[in-house]
Amino acid sequence: MTATIAPAATARDTGALRGYWRTFAALLARDLRVMRRHLLSFTARTVVQPVLNIFVFAVVLPSIGFGAGQAFAAGGQGQSFATILVPGLVASGIVIQGIFAVTTPLIMELSYTREIDDRVLAPVPVWTVGVEKIAFGAVQGLAAGLVVFPAVLLIHGPGEAPRVDFGNWPLLVAVLVLSSLLTSCLGLLIGTLLPPHQLSTVFAIFIVPMMMLGCVYYPWATLEPIRWLQVGVLVNPLVYVSEALRAALTPTVPHMSLAAVLAVLAVGTLVTGGLALWSFKRRLVG
Amino acid sequence: MADVAVETSDLKKTYTTSSGAIEAVTGLSLEVRRGELFGLLGPNGAGKSTTIGMLTTRIIPTGGTASVGGADVVRDPLTVKRRIGVVPQYNTLDRQLTVLENLEFRGRYAGLSARAARQRALDLLELFSLGPRAGAKVTEMSGGQAQRVMIARALMHHPEVLFLDEPTSGLDPQTRVNLWDVLRQMRAEGSTIVLSTHYMEEAESLCDRIAVIDHGTVLACGELAELKSQSGPETVLALTYDGEAEKIVGQVRQMDGVLRAEASGTSLRAFTRVPESILAALVLVGPDAGLSLIDVRIVRPSLETVFLTLTGREYRE
Repeated sequence: MTATIAPAATARDTGALRGYWRTFAALLARDLRVMRRHLLSFTARTVVQPVLNIFVFAVVLPSIGFGAGQAFAAGGQGQSFATILVPGLVASGIVIQGIFAVTTPLIMELSYTREIDDRVLAPVPVWTVGVEKIAFGAVQGLAAGLVVFPAVLLIHGPGEAPRVDFGNWPLLVAVLVLSSLLTSCLGLLIGTLLPPHQLSTVFAIFIVPMMMLGCVYYPWATLEPIRWLQVGVLVNPLVYVSEALRAALTPTVPHMSLAAVLAVLAVGTLVTGGLALWSFKRRLVG
Repeated sequence: MADVAVETSDLKKTYTTSSGAIEAVTGLSLEVRRGELFGLLGPNGAGKSTTIGMLTTRIIPTGGTASVGGADVVRDPLTVKRRIGVVPQYNTLDRQLTVLENLEFRGRYAGLSARAARQRALDLLELFSLGPRAGAKVTEMSGGQAQRVMIARALMHHPEVLFLDEPTSGLDPQTRVNLWDVLRQMRAEGSTIVLSTHYMEEAESLCDRIAVIDHGTVLACGELAELKSQSGPETVLALTYDGEAEKIVGQVRQMDGVLRAEASGTSLRAFTRVPESILAALVLVGPDAGLSLIDVRIVRPSLETVFLTLTGREYRE
């Protein structure tokens, strides 16, 4: 027996920051390995809802004579409904996956299994573990957006092809990254505040309204005739993600001021992230 | 101080809840020496887990101090985390990972390279006779196997002190004895081990020194022999009646051979060095005074009598 259980002077004394980075990278590697194992189910749950949405609204309804597209033509300034839907569905893909990617495992780890305890014993400040959750959630949100994109671009009825402009790609990248970060911060916050048995309730009373009222199916500006709703939906983070993607992908469709949405996304990410990390630490160190 | 591995001084933890303050640990002081197997013994709710939580940086004390190898658990938690291995009370293995991966990632979280972590993990699995289970899912493990995986995982980064919170709780007797062998071997190799337990037998047969804990404080601390001598070589005769034992306790105190006696509720305890010669007379006292005797227990000098002497209460496991 060559190995002993007894202590030995091994733990490498690297600089503090380098040590944090090693741990952070290891946490990320763990999550990536688990994700790779569940790649198929990840793709399936990411793609099904947006594909059905685009199929019903951009293929089925126009084909059977319900002119959803025409009804929106006025507000969307002559755009096909698919053009309205593409940024919205990519946005909802990012937001919903970004939230669930963090919230669902976290709720389990914090309650029934306490699996997170071992990661909290890593020699880094506890918030590092939370930051990794945010980073990995953002990666999944981003991946979800990228999976949804081709699906919603390609599926449409005759004459309903979306007109999407990739010219301003730096803006698109910035919006995608910011949006993914905001939603994974939200996921961490919800995951630390929510009792486990409430997970399905959250879906019903939080995610579904967020989706329906998130300017996914209509640009924010077209809500003008229902002023109270137009003001009310401003609390919904998905609104800003949808509108920011509209600004980046379909600039001819009416959208919120670019500066305003970017500011909301950035400030929202910082505030939500700060709250989430505070709440995360509170759950783990008492 | 070089040989002190763990030290606490007047350590306190009070939880504030909506229904008032709960004092889980009320001023606990102890010292664990390097290389010893130290036991925290106490009934459920005594404050053992809270103490281990504070020593392992998971719970912030509300008073007093605690340190591991001189590093303060509140001011320098990262140094403490580098020095300790922790085996929690519940199975906290990562269910998304295999047995081998659980160990590997623990090592990498602690700063080992991927290659070093894998080698160390394979060595430890071999050492704990878990080699063939390396690729198994942790959900497929029996309770005893999972416990060994958790110990192996805690050792990945060569900790100076290993903490185990109720490590054998819920294990069958054979598995428990196997685990004791593992801990004895580690101690023989020079590890410092702190374990909490509510099994007297475990503390007696395994630990070099024992701190008897109740209501969040140390009642007595020392080697088993020392503890026994503190309470004297007394045997306790514990009798239970169908009514208040208070009315006969005076009479029992007068009996020859009874050193002390106390009553609480329907139970009476007589401390003696000559249990055999007084038992026959003692059992008659109750019935003479109109009390029916329900139960008689003879508790020989052991940790149990230490606990009885210190707390005036019977030990409840």
